[in-house]
Amino acid sequence: MTRVGVLDSSNLTGGQRLAVKYFTVALVLFGAQILFGLLAGLQYLKPDFLYGVLDFNVNRMVHINAMVVWMLYGFLGSVYWLMEDEAQHPVVGLKLGEIAFWVLTLAVTVVVLVYLFVQYGPGDIKTIWFINEGREYIEAPRWADIGIVVVVLVFYFNVLATFIKGRFTGIGGVIVLDLFALAGLYLAGMFFTPNISIDQYWWWWVIHLWVEATWEVLVGAIMAWGLMKTLGVSRRIVQTWLYIEVALMFGSGILGLGHHYFWIGTPDYWFEIGGFFSALEPIPLVAMVVHSLYDAGKHHMKSSNHPALAWLIAHAFGNFLGAGVWGFMHTLPQINLYTHGTQWTPSHGHLAFFGAYATINIAFFYLAAQQWRGNVYMGAGIAGAWRWKWALTLLSVGVLGMTMALLIAGYEQSFIERAINGSTWAGYFEAQNHPWFQQAMWWRQIFGWVTAAGYLLLVWDLLAIGAGETRTATRVGHESEEAEAGAEAAPATA
Amino acid sequence: MQAIPWWAREGFWAKTAVFVTALSFVILIWLTFDTMKQIMAGSVRVPDYSVINQRISYVADDERGYQVPKIGPEEPLFGKKLTEEEAAALVRKGKLVIQGRNCMNCHTLLGNGAYFAPDLTKAWLDPAWGAATIREQLMVQFLMDPTNNARTFGSGRKMPNLKLTEDEAKAVVAYLKWMSAIDTNGFPYNFKPIPQGGE
Ligand code: HEC
Ligand code: HEM
Ligand code: HEM
Ligand SMILES: [Fe+2]
Repeated sequence: MTRVGVLDSSNLTGGQRLAVKYFTVALVLFGAQILFGLLAGLQYLKPDFLYGVLDFNVNRMVHINAMVVWMLYGFLGSVYWLMEDEAQHPVVGLKLGEIAFWVLTLAVTVVVLVYLFVQYGPGDIKTIWFINEGREYIEAPRWADIGIVVVVLVFYFNVLATFIKGRFTGIGGVIVLDLFALAGLYLAGMFFTPNISIDQYWWWWVIHLWVEATWEVLVGAIMAWGLMKTLGVSRRIVQTWLYIEVALMFGSGILGLGHHYFWIGTPDYWFEIGGFFSALEPIPLVAMVVHSLYDAGKHHMKSSNHPALAWLIAHAFGNFLGAGVWGFMHTLPQINLYTHGTQWTPSHGHLAFFGAYATINIAFFYLAAQQWRGNVYMGAGIAGAWRWKWALTLLSVGVLGMTMALLIAGYEQSFIERAINGSTWAGYFEAQNHPWFQQAMWWRQIFGWVTAAGYLLLVWDLLAIGAGETRTATRVGHESEEAEAGAEAAPATA
Repeated sequence: MQAIPWWAREGFWAKTAVFVTALSFVILIWLTFDTMKQIMAGSVRVPDYSVINQRISYVADDERGYQVPKIGPEEPLFGKKLTEEEAAALVRKGKLVIQGRNCMNCHTLLGNGAYFAPDLTKAWLDPAWGAATIREQLMVQFLMDPTNNARTFGSGRKMPNLKLTEDEAKAVVAYLKWMSAIDTNGFPYNFKPIPQGGE
């Protein structure tokens, strides 16, 4: 029995119930990410703040690990969310999937507690197994790596078995193949070597081939499904586009890996290969913007879920700006020689991760909130619509503001530290002490608080949206186009 | 389906996607084999760990148009020449310390990591150590007690005390020395190395 306007698990299918568990943890970790980002940012301004207690490296590690983990939780949740609908079959092995969720969540909790309270260990291999692997983004100790692999295998079994028992669509096929590559790549980050060139060579397989290849394709597939659901675009169109995007993304992103092999000891043919292929990477991102805007325009922005559609559009633009434009700006070796490892890099990192991956996960949080309340109406004119619009605005303005501040700091640092002073210890601090750099760090912090305000509003809205609403969602699709042209003509973006 | 031209068909693009992906991946694997050969410890670009027995400098290479590491005469670390195995073990230890203490969430190494503290690619050659003769000792001291040996250049940003033992600090110094000998295609650019006599 559907109960509209009330949060009730009986409104959800089995897979969706598991998905909202993943989404809930994701949202909490997103909060942790922001909290520790603010602490790390403050240490740039007040170096004595928490010195020797919760040092910068600990805060930063929790900041970026919380990010990677919440985004992966969001992806797992999104796949559980759409799987049954797409395969037309209930999740196979759902109980096992539930257990895997709890195991994973317990492991994540233990890892974070060890990060915060043990922090580091002696220089032997045991530290890598039990405390901290000390490699950015994949710091999780080896025992947790193995746990993650097991959990992902269970998840993969759920996905594969469900599509096999149900039906294999184009979207399903892309998801299954892509997840295989995504999981396999994780293994490239699970060994120790004293040779830092070899270490970083494989480390980038995980990091780059995740965010610029397999994650991009995964969100491409998720986006394709999202456009079908929120706008009613035809399957043939979204799937054809999806294949084009896969071809362009993998065709540029796989060899684009070379833009990380300019300075780590690797041979200089990577200048040409990395420069050339990574310079092509923005093309699929432009294609995605064109595609989604075209679809949204063609359907007169009429959607069954306004906040979700707005976040999907934010995803298309954010991905293009953060990854495409900001990535392109420093991807050629002639430029990267000076920008490499300066504040330029986090300028791009923040906008790309937020623009490409935070956005689409948030869109799915809204799809979940809608269904959880009995497929409640989320079109134009809902009560409290200011909340989601302001959450979107504050989060976007906050991250864009941080990005601009870091960009200014990055330019200054590239000139003063990298170009003029040759990256010495003294040269580093000359750039850090420069008033422009200092001001930029203040602006980063201020926009960080704006971001945090947006986050709080987002949480509030996800808990409140649709409460007490009695209408059910508008149906989208070709049939409904004329019928609702009047009521639904308002643009979906804030 | 008749009206749809071949270049707009789902099937065509599905096949293209598979083909492009497979081809890119095969090329990447092939390049990986070649690169691995060139970056093994003991290759031209990434020297053997026993290079810590020798002087290392960073000098202009006119042909390549940037600075490259130069391996000079014998100059053992801490005054003791190590065998190849000893050197390898020491450098390995240094890497384990660097990972276990999470240095890369403050520093960059080869330009990758975090941006809160100086890049360590050429830390061994940093002019701030003063003179080449006292550098090893100063580095060990600094790493064991960065709070009281802080420089901060007016920034107030100190490195915390990570409780390195003397052995651990020495292993880190060995690591930094070895790393400074890697051919990084001219990164960092325009670096001003510490004077080491005879140059
Ligand atoms: C919490 C952040 C942090 C961590 C963790 C950290 N450092 Fe530092 N490190 C700094 C800062 C800040 C400076 C500059 C200190 C100064 O000028 O007094 C510094 C300076 C240095 C220097 C001298 C700079 C140069 O260019 O030669 C070396 C060498 C160094 N650190 C090595 C390490 C090693 C090795 C580790 C891990 C065992 C480590 N650091 C961990 C913050 C950190
Ligand atoms: C959504 C996709 C992307 C995400 C999430 C992303 C994220 C990041 C992050 C976090 C880093 C810093 C890694 C570190 O900590 O060392 C980075 C580095 C880099 N990215 Fe991206 N990126 C994306 C796409 C792109 C694209 C499309 C390009 C190029 C066109 C690009 C070019 C680069 C370059 C050149 C670096 C190295 C920076 C340096 O030398 O320090 N990125 N990226
Ligand atoms: C809310 C305010 C935030 C603040 C104050 C903040 C602050 C910081 C700081 C200080 C660092 C370390 C940079 C360094 O090493 O110097 C960092 C790194 C990073 N943050 Fe944030 N952050 C915030 C939000 C976010 C968000 C929303 C995202 C993405 C969704 C994000 C993604 C990242 C990434 C990817 C890195 C690593 C960048 C790199 O290595 O290049 N942060 N952040
Ligand atoms: Fe990349």
